[in-house]
Amino acid sequence: MNRRTGWFVSLLPGAAALVIGLLVLGLGLALSGYDAVAALAAMWRGAFGSAEAILSSLLPRAIPLILIGLGVGLSFRAGALNIGAEGQFYAGAIMATWVGLGAAAWPRALAVPAVLAAGLTAGMLWVAVPVVLRLRFGVLEVISTLLLNFVAEALVSWMVVGPLQETKHVYPQSDLLPLAARLPQLAGTRLHLGGILALGLALTLWVFGRKTLAGFQLRATGVNPLAAKVIGGVNTRRVFAAALLASGACAGLAGATEVSGTTYALFQNLSPGYGFTAIAVALLARLDPLATILTGLLFAALEAGASAMQREAGIPAVSVFIVEAVIIIIVLLSDVSRRKAIARGAGAES
Amino acid sequence: MTEELLASFLAASVRVATPLLLAALGETITERGGVINLGLEGAMLSGALAAALGATAAGPWGGLGAAIVAGVLVAAIFAVVVVRAGADQIITGTAITLGCIGLTGAIYRSAYGPAGVGLSLPTFPAVPIPGLAAIPVVGPALFQQSVLTYAGYLAAPVLWWLVYRARWGLRLRAAGESSTDARAAGVNVERVRIVGTLIGGGFAGVAGASLVLAQVGTFAEKMTAGRGFIAIAIVVLGAWNPARVFGAALFFGAAMALQFLFQSFAIGVPYQLFLVLPYLLTLLVLAGVVGKTRAPAELGRSAGE
Repeated sequence: MNRRTGWFVSLLPGAAALVIGLLVLGLGLALSGYDAVAALAAMWRGAFGSAEAILSSLLPRAIPLILIGLGVGLSFRAGALNIGAEGQFYAGAIMATWVGLGAAAWPRALAVPAVLAAGLTAGMLWVAVPVVLRLRFGVLEVISTLLLNFVAEALVSWMVVGPLQETKHVYPQSDLLPLAARLPQLAGTRLHLGGILALGLALTLWVFGRKTLAGFQLRATGVNPLAAKVIGGVNTRRVFAAALLASGACAGLAGATEVSGTTYALFQNLSPGYGFTAIAVALLARLDPLATILTGLLFAALEAGASAMQREAGIPAVSVFIVEAVIIIIVLLSDVSRRKAIARGAGAES
Repeated sequence: MTEELLASFLAASVRVATPLLLAALGETITERGGVINLGLEGAMLSGALAAALGATAAGPWGGLGAAIVAGVLVAAIFAVVVVRAGADQIITGTAITLGCIGLTGAIYRSAYGPAGVGLSLPTFPAVPIPGLAAIPVVGPALFQQSVLTYAGYLAAPVLWWLVYRARWGLRLRAAGESSTDARAAGVNVERVRIVGTLIGGGFAGVAGASLVLAQVGTFAEKMTAGRGFIAIAIVVLGAWNPARVFGAALFFGAAMALQFLFQSFAIGVPYQLFLVLPYLLTLLVLAGVVGKTRAPAELGRSAGE
């Protein structure tokens, strides 16, 4: 099998997973008495129906999903299970809003990078707690990152009625970010500069994973930490910490691009679960940075479609989580069966 | 603090601890077999919605029955994927919870409308136990609760006996410590792990029911708010021993009930501070106890061939 067909074959389980996920959703909708065909058609229109749908609904949703998905993929590759991207996203959004609101008088060339750097740093600091808890105290990062999601959500809900509440103190949200702190947009659409950031980051991580020693050490740590440490001489604790911090930075950056590129303000429920959807994005991409662009677009299409489905057919958009769950589980199952097939093949040869 | 205030704080602690206790006891059995079920949160949430739907149709007992069925079903999906097929436990559990959030949200909105009006469900009343409930201060707190709290009191010793004294418990622990050794000794590791996971799911269902039918009296989307994950932390704190899990759950119940106490005192302090207390406390406690106790050796890993 040459490389090209290998790449194609590796996409098949993902495509099958998507189809099955949508079938499950359609079946569930039909069983609950909805018009499943009309619902799925509304979904399609919401995602791909017009240039406006693509540029202002699909692509802006893909940006946070790709950014967070890249980070999640990186951490999973190192064997660090960061389930707290949602919290890191909010941490990034809070700091970005804070810095952005204070940057009204700055030149844009200074304000925008400052806002992005603030989000990135906050995401990294938010995940630093689980890093320390794991390396110093042995607390599983799965639990700690997850619990900090709830803390971050509470922090946002306090911020928007407290220190970051809008000037009139009426609505639970921040003031709008000044023009200087907003990401440039493609004229007439809601597609912002974050898209270029996401593409650039994907390429960078792809090169990092394939062509650098650190990228190799990262993968080695994820596959077998003991072997990486004993045979490869890898400082696995450092790799683990670096991977988690980097994934937090990605999620924080996504929080920053969301407030400075899409919403221009901080409020509760800013994220429709991007941090969780990104796990599905990364897994479906088999943790590959370039494939993450594709899967990020795919899930953005699902979410854009789901919100159109809610508007037009009155079907709750959360039902898209069911599709995501089905996709994750099918991808996991296909991985397992592939591993077993490889193990059987190896057994037959020896 | 007045005696009256103390009594009401203790009563609130036990009431709040009940769902945590039930979920953590079930998860203890699951984890003793070597399976960590992060889908617990989803099973609990599904149990909560099933309890609301069941109670609307057939009263609180109908709600309880529906909740158990829902919890077991969710755990069954998890068990098939994780134990039968051998998929990653952590990610599968996360996916199950995610799917349950979607499913319960969709069902809830189609059953009760998008506005999600506050339901007034038939609930389990507090049943004072004659004699014991008359003990000053602690009496009403411990012995004037709903039947689901008493179910938790009963389950703790029963499960302790199951784990440490029953033949099945020995098999369960063997499967959790070393699946290959257990298999060599003739234990059907898969079956033991699946049954352990289903028991955990059933308890998670009851936990969700207790949240709806004995504590809040209504259902709201994502209402479990991480209690399933806190229950998993309680299992660690309780060192995988049902008796100690009982104590750990009460401790957490008290920590969560603190917010009621503080809210009446500390006017002006943002309520979010009290909301995050249980999560922060969980992290602190985990940092303190991990390493001092020992998890089942194969926890989170697929069984060896």
